[in-house]
Amino acid sequence: MKRTLTAALAGLAMLAGASSAQAEGQLNIFNWGNYTSPEMIKKFEEQHKVKVTVTDYDSNDTALAKVRAGGHGFDIVVPSANFMPIWIQEGLLLESRPDQMENFKNVDERWVNVDWDPGRRYSVPWQWGLTGIIVDTSLYKGDINTSAIFLDPPPELVGKINVAPEMNDVMYATIRYMGGQWCTTDKDLLRKVRDKLVEAKPKWIAMDYGVIEKFASRDFGAAFYWNGAAMRARAQNPDVKFGFPKEGFPYFMDSAAILKDAKNVENAKLFLNFIMDPKNAAMISDFARYANGIKGSEQFMPADMKDAPELIVPKEFEAAGEFLKPCAPEVTELYTKIWTEVLK
Amino acid sequence: MASAREVAEAAERRDVRNRWLLSAPALLIIFFAAVGPLFVMLLYSFMAKGDYGDVKLWQFSSEGWFSVFLERDIFDDTLSVNDAHLAIFWRSVKLSLATTFLTLLFGFPTAYFIATRPERWRALWLFLITIPFWTNLLIRTYAMQEVIRNEGVINTSLLWLGLIDQPIQMMYTDLGILFGMTYVYLPLMVLPLYAAMDRLDFRLVEAGYDLYATRLKVLWRIIVPLVKPGIVAGSILVFIPSLGAYVTPRVLGGGKNMMIGNLIELQFGQGRNWPLGAALSLTLMAIVMVALLLYVRNASKSGARHG
Repeated sequence: MKRTLTAALAGLAMLAGASSAQAEGQLNIFNWGNYTSPEMIKKFEEQHKVKVTVTDYDSNDTALAKVRAGGHGFDIVVPSANFMPIWIQEGLLLESRPDQMENFKNVDERWVNVDWDPGRRYSVPWQWGLTGIIVDTSLYKGDINTSAIFLDPPPELVGKINVAPEMNDVMYATIRYMGGQWCTTDKDLLRKVRDKLVEAKPKWIAMDYGVIEKFASRDFGAAFYWNGAAMRARAQNPDVKFGFPKEGFPYFMDSAAILKDAKNVENAKLFLNFIMDPKNAAMISDFARYANGIKGSEQFMPADMKDAPELIVPKEFEAAGEFLKPCAPEVTELYTKIWTEVLK
Repeated sequence: MASAREVAEAAERRDVRNRWLLSAPALLIIFFAAVGPLFVMLLYSFMAKGDYGDVKLWQFSSEGWFSVFLERDIFDDTLSVNDAHLAIFWRSVKLSLATTFLTLLFGFPTAYFIATRPERWRALWLFLITIPFWTNLLIRTYAMQEVIRNEGVINTSLLWLGLIDQPIQMMYTDLGILFGMTYVYLPLMVLPLYAAMDRLDFRLVEAGYDLYATRLKVLWRIIVPLVKPGIVAGSILVFIPSLGAYVTPRVLGGGKNMMIGNLIELQFGQGRNWPLGAALSLTLMAIVMVALLLYVRNASKSGARHG
């Protein structure tokens, strides 16, 4: 879920690698940037003699718009949980029945009967994680398990905070911080949400993707961002810690699904089955540093991931996390207006 | 027997017809590749927005255009001018004007320098100017991050020289955006300026000096009026893409303060309001066209006076 523009580079590098493999079949994957393990792709290509092409997108909306426009040529897409119902309702996905595939037994029960795809008739877990707080603890020693880090920043962090430019995640965290529920239309509360964001924004340095290098170079002191990125940042700057906002934080899960107008359906099915194999799921996680939802993949993960504090939600914060469902169009419009006002 | 006049007329008609036929491929491409999409945009801007992006085809609505300029207050439903959009348009115009000014400031001496080199060296200098175009804009912009970061080339050099004792925050500020855009668009200013200066008759400059004009007077009274078409062309070439800039504000500005390009992207992406996005794009185009028309009218007037 690390959504960077630089990802385009990684994608290009991967394309170059992929095109050298000789194969009969083809598979075109449309996935988030900097999110697909090149080693895992290579293994799939060799195992099934299929030439894989990976194309990047940087947001759910981009992916949706592109696929809906048609003529895309993609076989597999990896939408987030909150978008999956839209993809299914709009008839863009093939009911490929991953639940009847050989490796489905490996899917963690927790991720089988999910709201966005009950019984997993369309999609297979790719990775999951959450948006929380990243803090360089050499700058700030206080409690980091709170959205106050970016909404009411402590003086040490003012001017050093990066907030992911994700309307839904930021709106969610702020609404919960002000005491509301997701998709609320309570005007009084939303007014407070807007005022809080307008007040906090001057204390942020940026609203950008790609925080890992910036924590390494200590350009950023804190961020509202994804946990996998926090882990990658910690590898380069040991002072980096991840906090779970107690007021409420959004979970995400991206799931791989086959497009209805896919040209290489059989290869795509092979791929869905392939990524439910614990060994291969572990390769995905090893690359992007998020948990994957496949049982038994832990044993194939590198040692530093098994007990990573970023990936294990502490018991006391479990209830604060929530998967964002898509709000009604008029609610989205309201939130977009607030967002535009904040970003003006 | 056809008279000579009839033959000439027929030849002329054939000429006209051939000219049209020869330019038909270009005209067709222009029509389908430029006018066609514009028409789609115009159409989309007048439709109702779809629930999850896209539009509801053939359900017409003026909501998109309405919300370009006006907004119903989120909280008390009163109607007012959309100051969020105005602020974003104003920031874009301001930054673009500043970029145009800065590229002119740096581009003018550069072009003058090249134009005054011996003939055989000029090609080499021009070639050097075009080198940045070899690299993708996105990559150049990321490279620029390395220059203006707090631990980047500029700040480390200044710190090392002892000129400052705190890094200057350029990254994620309007200053950073300005820096990046000036760098990106500088060649677009230098090239038309050079084209104008290349034609400059330097004997006029010498004549100016012979008549005891100061350097400033020569610049202001002789060089600038003569290369004015180059200045105008360069300014237009820089101003217009600056106004629609997307990558530079996103990468160097840190996405905190939008420019028009980013506002439009928001509508097609997370905002899921395609009609508004289309209407905003057309508004941007209209602004550019009005600015251009004013410029051209002005230029032709003053051109007539000088000519």
